[in-house]
Amino acid sequence: MLLINCPWCGPRDEIEFNCGGEAHIARPADPAALSDAEWAEYLFMRKNLKGLHYERWHHSYGCRQWFNAARDTVTHEIHATYKMGETPPVVAGADGIVKGSSS
Amino acid sequence: MADSYFRQTALAPLGLAAKATDAPGEAGVLLSERPLAGQVNLRGDGGSVEFLQVVRTTLGYALPTEPNTVTQGANSRALWLGPHEWLLVAPLEAALVPTLEQGLTGRAFAATELGDARAVIGLSGRNARDVLAKSCPLDLHPKSFGPGRCAQTKLSKIAAIIEQRDDAPSYEIYVARSVARYAWRWLEDAGSEYGVAVIAG
Repeated sequence: MLLINCPWCGPRDEIEFNCGGEAHIARPADPAALSDAEWAEYLFMRKNLKGLHYERWHHSYGCRQWFNAARDTVTHEIHATYKMGETPPVVAGADGIVKGSSS
Repeated sequence: MADSYFRQTALAPLGLAAKATDAPGEAGVLLSERPLAGQVNLRGDGGSVEFLQVVRTTLGYALPTEPNTVTQGANSRALWLGPHEWLLVAPLEAALVPTLEQGLTGRAFAATELGDARAVIGLSGRNARDVLAKSCPLDLHPKSFGPGRCAQTKLSKIAAIIEQRDDAPSYEIYVARSVARYAWRWLEDAGSEYGVAVIAG
């Protein structure tokens, strides 16, 4: 059983949550100005990291709030959770903040 | 709203009133169905001091802002469901929705009457905590879940709101009407090793 620390409700069982994929993807300011390729880049392309990953989670059976989590995709360890709109925490001791990515 | 003559609780077809006993004897688990009550889902900006103040004036008590807690007023109580969502529970005749609509005129809010959409199951007895612990993943230890606490969670795969009413412990479990019989039978089965008695709601 994996406990996930909901920023509102505290530690709750994994079965109450759903993962919503990569976090911190900024919507382009002027979508109409983008080429199809650029729009597809925003819409579909994801980092698919091996290692520390910042992602969105939804406490769907609890308070029904979206929040962010810094999770290691190899060990499944959740280093931190934080509310929407908050700055992503720098995870101490994580082996490479964005392993396998140039951004 | 349906005429009161036609209104039935979700578990009425089980004929629980006829099975209810005043002398549960050695039964470790006591189950009941609570009578119909007013349940109002209230949504509004929980981050706004002004909104909270106006609701406080309207209801006569403050909405809970600490997650998963309950505040009690003279005629109703409020369960925290989310930072911008609460469940108000009151007697059927309390008519909370008109009161809120009047008190919150011109503001962004939603008050929805849901009393007929849910069943409320009462769970008490000396093994009540054991039964609930097998049914949902909440930490039910008195240090983290005591009287005045509530939580939304999964109760054997269905969405439920669980509220602890007193130290006994007694719980009230809110589930959708459509799955109420499933929830009842699950609790009955989970409690069978301790002995189950049906008591009046």
